[in-house]
Amino acid sequence: MQLESMYQEIILDHYRNPHGRGLREPFEAEVHHVNPTCGDEVTLRVHLEGDTIADVSYEGMGCSISQASVSAMYDLVIGKSVPQALETGDHFMTLMQAKGDASVAEKLEDELEDAVAFAGVSKYPARIKCALMSWMALKDASARALSVTDPVGGPKA
Amino acid sequence: MTQTVARPGAGAHQAPLPLDVEAIRADFPILSRTVRDGKRLVYLDSGATSQKPRSVLDAERWFYENVNAAPHRGAHQLAEEATGAYEEARSTIARFIGARTDEVVFTRNSTESINLVAYALSNAATAKEPGFRRYAVGQGDEIVVTEMEHHANLVPWQQLCERTGATLRWLGLTDDGRLDLSDLATVVNERTKLVAVTQQSNILGTINPLGDIVARAREVGALILVDGAQSVPHQPVDVTELGADFLVFSGHKMLGPTGVGVLWGRYDVLDALPPFLTGGSMIEVVRMEGSSFMPPPQRFEAGVPMTAQVIGLGAAVEYLQRLGMDNVLAHEEALTAYALDRLAEIPGVTVIGPPDTVARGGAISFTVEGIHPHDVGQVLDDEGIAVRVGHHCAWPVVRRYGVPATTRATFYVHTGYDDVDALADGIRKAQQFFGVVPSEATEEA
Repeated sequence: MQLESMYQEIILDHYRNPHGRGLREPFEAEVHHVNPTCGDEVTLRVHLEGDTIADVSYEGMGCSISQASVSAMYDLVIGKSVPQALETGDHFMTLMQAKGDASVAEKLEDELEDAVAFAGVSKYPARIKCALMSWMALKDASARALSVTDPVGGPKA
Repeated sequence: MTQTVARPGAGAHQAPLPLDVEAIRADFPILSRTVRDGKRLVYLDSGATSQKPRSVLDAERWFYENVNAAPHRGAHQLAEEATGAYEEARSTIARFIGARTDEVVFTRNSTESINLVAYALSNAATAKEPGFRRYAVGQGDEIVVTEMEHHANLVPWQQLCERTGATLRWLGLTDDGRLDLSDLATVVNERTKLVAVTQQSNILGTINPLGDIVARAREVGALILVDGAQSVPHQPVDVTELGADFLVFSGHKMLGPTGVGVLWGRYDVLDALPPFLTGGSMIEVVRMEGSSFMPPPQRFEAGVPMTAQVIGLGAAVEYLQRLGMDNVLAHEEALTAYALDRLAEIPGVTVIGPPDTVARGGAISFTVEGIHPHDVGQVLDDEGIAVRVGHHCAWPVVRRYGVPATTRATFYVHTGYDDVDALADGIRKAQQFFGVVPSEATEEA
């Protein structure tokens, strides 16, 4: 029985009660990402205050892994600067490439909080993309948001 | 996790299956391996690609160990034998679909066969030889497809229209997963140059009434291409009865190797088409100023072909002929009827496609209320059951039925009632795992 290693209780909790779900104003950038192999979709908005991520709002449809991943990401990135959030994204990518190696998950526990529960997903190559979709969308949206906002704060005139 | 699930319908339809499943399974080496910690492999993904019997694997090995040479080149003994084996396989495959041998063109797969026709039709507009311009497609012309096509029988036509300025039109679907032919007479009209339609839907299982469509296409002088990727492996198909101009299918979905597919075309139509891929083998005379081409089928087989795969496909066809395609069809009908009953017993399961076995093949797509198809597939995989999840390369179909994706089970000659039982038990297990066991009372009628 390997299912529990992928579907950790934390993941199922995020799936059933997603954090931060829904599209909100204000936002500087909105992106729409799809996973063409399965049709999962996410629409994601980023609102910056200076270079701090003040809000990430999203709507999406997809499997439990993709939906729980965006919820766990929401908890991790709010209040972080864009570079800090992207660094967390890099850690998550490292976790996804760990092929189930528990020592990788242990090292990343502090950085990834709830999201470390996705370690089991890294054993299933077909599902890694599900977990990564929201992080890709965040990377894309923050880059766009930075390009339309003044670095000292507020939208460009 | 233990499981005590009542199975009220189990056993109800277990009349002997037309094919001897145990004997057939022994022919497929892969079916003796286990998956996910020692579980029996329940392979319900033949619609994506089929497993291969030993005779197919042996045929390829025989070719490489004894004959290997490039066919249609060279005069040494191996080259002669390779050419002989390659052409003999062509005859076997042609007989299988009731075709003339010189009407069978080898391609990489159905996708390439369709692209071959689509590119030939756009190349026709600029062909130097007047004889190649007969079927040219251009501005003002129309190509007709249906909303249930696999992307392989949709995207090449979209692209043809973009290249030529032609217009793409399509026949829609009814709520129960059938083609809506109510506007056939207007959608297929005197501007229609080609109608491309699947014989059996890879996602809905629907077997289409091609007779009506072929008759209408003939009336307006349009060409007809039939996508047989899901029909030729599963039911008897005879091109003389089909009445179409083209039939395409893939070897790997009919027990054959990957890398070989077929384009069948009526000889006079093939003969009027310019080539798609050009190069060696397909030429008649080459000069620096220009070249002339061989007649069909060689005109469409540029380069050294996939010889071992063609010979493997010949062996696959012989295997299917030994079983008898009528028996294969009856076998899958029995399994489909049983599976539809078993799935109907599970509250929260909705089949996307025809609800009965009338004009229906063994591709069963379904959704499970409250569980995403990917997650259903993951639980099934944990039980050793291989199904397909997603949009099945037919994105417009899942969109039409308002679901994000489906889980799909497909059957073949080695599928037995035990596989269907495993599927039904696996779905119930997924419902337990995700805590969504709808009560019988809320079951949709």
